[in-house]
Amino acid sequence: MSTPHEGRDEHADPHLQHHFESMAQQYDSGKFGMWLFLVTEVLLFGGLFCAYAVYRANHPEIFAYAHQFLDKTLGGLNTLVLIVSSLTMAMAVRCAQLGQQRRLKQMLAATLLCACVFLAVKGVEYQHKWKHGLLWGTRYVAQGETAAPADAAGVVTTPEPAAAVPVPADGGTTLPHAATGPAGLAGDHPQDGHGAAAHGGHGSAGPAPRNVQLFFGIYFVMTGLHGIHVLAGMIAIGWLLRRASAGEFGPQYFAPVDFVGLYWHLVDLIWIFLFPLLYLIH
Amino acid sequence: MNKHHEGPAYAHVVSVRTLLGVFGALMFLTILTYAVTYVDLGALNIWVAMGIAVVKGTLVALVFMHLLWDKKFYAVVLMSALVCVMIFIGIALLDSGQYQADLIPGYAPSIIP
Repeated sequence: MSTPHEGRDEHADPHLQHHFESMAQQYDSGKFGMWLFLVTEVLLFGGLFCAYAVYRANHPEIFAYAHQFLDKTLGGLNTLVLIVSSLTMAMAVRCAQLGQQRRLKQMLAATLLCACVFLAVKGVEYQHKWKHGLLWGTRYVAQGETAAPADAAGVVTTPEPAAAVPVPADGGTTLPHAATGPAGLAGDHPQDGHGAAAHGGHGSAGPAPRNVQLFFGIYFVMTGLHGIHVLAGMIAIGWLLRRASAGEFGPQYFAPVDFVGLYWHLVDLIWIFLFPLLYLIH
Repeated sequence: MNKHHEGPAYAHVVSVRTLLGVFGALMFLTILTYAVTYVDLGALNIWVAMGIAVVKGTLVALVFMHLLWDKKFYAVVLMSALVCVMIFIGIALLDSGQYQADLIPGYAPSIIP
């Protein structure tokens, strides 16, 4: 317990762990570990993108109908906010590398602020969906009958489907689904195949297709998991900010800033794909 | 402005100009992908949107994530994951495309009464 770096370079950085030869080796090892972690993140989200692709390929009409209830202006705004945060994060890495302490703190704080804005906008979107029953599974409330008056709240302008008729929108039986056995198994919806209803409809929704809750399940899982990653990133950036305030980072030791930066850019990268896939369906 | 500042010996420092250039490109492409949804290209729309997203993602990975200057091994690691995801999605699509229509007569089961 006497001298931790005994027998090594007398210029050894205090941040150099005893099991590494040099700062460069320590940095490379950390970076490799970070990339392996990012790869597991890519695979985690890859599974969700796969679910998205399979459901969209098989039920395009659901996606064409349901995406109208997302606000693409808010989604676009969030995309811009995340890109700004990626820039400030990249600048923070640069400042850490160059030992610019004051600007490093400014850039980290700006990144944190952007993350807050992102989550706030996301919260507004979630709240709107919650209010209108645009939710997953059995929590989904069929739109059209109920959504029309709620629009007067004017939170977000969502084009409401034209059909406000209390007839089953899928044109099926008026019997309750319980009477037709396990829903969907009755096979009395010949027009429900691929390309029915609102498939390819741009802006003008036809009658609501069935199983719209599938879209919102996918939407909430993908954006929710992404939001959790943003939260985790904010915690990591807060930790960096604390260490930066103590002046711990500089040209010799900036690895934590760099690695959190890599993570933050990956979160941005995932959103770059989520945005067009969920919000910009044509 | 800080170009001649001493940087670390073992990592590349990206210039402010490069970062701002990439930032500008990303902003432009975001607005472009938003605007292009108002143009009806039929089935092409999704591919245009995905193409723009791939360009944006490549810019982020190459410049913001330093892949352009780092050891190429990190890029190989990332690409291996992306290739696996693409194989995964591709085969899942091929597979579900084969049986989905016949699996349940009419449609998938609805759980909404």
